[in-house]
Amino acid sequence: MHQVTLETGIMEANEQLASHNRELYDAQGISVINLMSAPGAGKTSVLEKTIQRMKDDYRLGVIEGDLMTTMDADRISALGVPAYQITTGTVCHLDARMVHNALHNFDIGGIELLFIENVGNLVCPAEFNLGEHLKIMVYSVVEGAEKPRKYPVMFHESAVVLLNKVDLLPYSGVSLEELQRNVLAVNPEAIIFPVSCRTGEGFDAWTEWLRGWIDARRSAITRAGNAASGN
Amino acid sequence: MHEMAIMQGILEIAEGEAEKHGAGRINVIKLRIGEFRGVVRDALEFAFEALRQGTKAEQAALEIETVPLRASCPNCSERNIPLNDFSLLCRDCGSILTIVAGREMEIEYLDLE
Ligand SMILES: Nc1nc2c(ncn2[C@@H]2O[C@H](COP(=O)(O)OP(=O)(O)OP(=O)(O)O)[C@@H](O)[C@H]2O)c(=O)[nH]1
Ligand SMILES: [Mg+2]
Ligand SMILES: [Zn+2]
Repeated sequence: MHQVTLETGIMEANEQLASHNRELYDAQGISVINLMSAPGAGKTSVLEKTIQRMKDDYRLGVIEGDLMTTMDADRISALGVPAYQITTGTVCHLDARMVHNALHNFDIGGIELLFIENVGNLVCPAEFNLGEHLKIMVYSVVEGAEKPRKYPVMFHESAVVLLNKVDLLPYSGVSLEELQRNVLAVNPEAIIFPVSCRTGEGFDAWTEWLRGWIDARRSAITRAGNAASGN
Repeated sequence: MHEMAIMQGILEIAEGEAEKHGAGRINVIKLRIGEFRGVVRDALEFAFEALRQGTKAEQAALEIETVPLRASCPNCSERNIPLNDFSLLCRDCGSILTIVAGREMEIEYLDLE
């Protein structure tokens, strides 16, 4: 009997594939967003609304992750934006390998901003990096103000938290202030936008922020490209 | 139930190590899992039961240490604050705390034979 002490993290294999994905994105100058939420919080609706407001100015693409069906990818294709569906069967999250395999079948050349909509699940997707540059979480306010404290990991991992369905606030008895406080408790640096896909409320502020983010990445990518070619 | 996928990864690493050290079986797998990760201990144990058959870890004991969330305040001199409520804002001064423990996801050691 002998003990072997290890230094490998359990998620190391996924992390390595995620860095490999990241290299592929960076080589082509693509910015990638991993969009996560519990089932039905409104990820696809947020994408539809965001795409409508941005598709004339940016070349967009979407990878959809679902247990079954291509319904979400069909909703995106209907807007004239290239979409690829990953069906995971029984797996409750996307991992870096699934996304990597998708990149062999889905031509991302020419896309500037690629959204990856994760499988609807409040816990699991947060543990698997996909190589993305930004994690965004959609949370439906009707699920209550206390969830960030009960399920803190996804809120903690996400740079941006969209508090969706605020049109339903009057009927839900949920306090937006208390919800925001709880998000900031588990993620003090979270950038929070209250939004409604039903009324469009909050989408000006959210898409303005997103445009700023992508423009900043665009110029960083150009600078890196110029440096590499010696200009 | 992403614990299935995570346990699959753990067994792959463990079997790889056993291979490397020429060990025929794994007696103990010792894990350290931070409290501030989305991993449920029971689900991990269940996944181990489901997946260990036919591996070198078939007879192994799975030991899981849950590492509590702890943080330090950059402003106060508090170095090792236990956080029972996942709030990363200092109770005394409101500063953003730095996590010092509770995000682990590692195999600490294997006992091989
Ligand atoms: N009232 C209201 N309903 C919304 C809003 N956003 C989305 N919904 C509804 O919520 C339901 C789920 O929306 P989806 O966009 O499909 O949610 P999703 O997160 O993509 O769902 P999954 O991919 O299945 O996890 C649909 O019936 C939407 O019409 C909103 O802001 N207000
Ligand atoms: Mg969807
Ligand atoms: Zn303090």
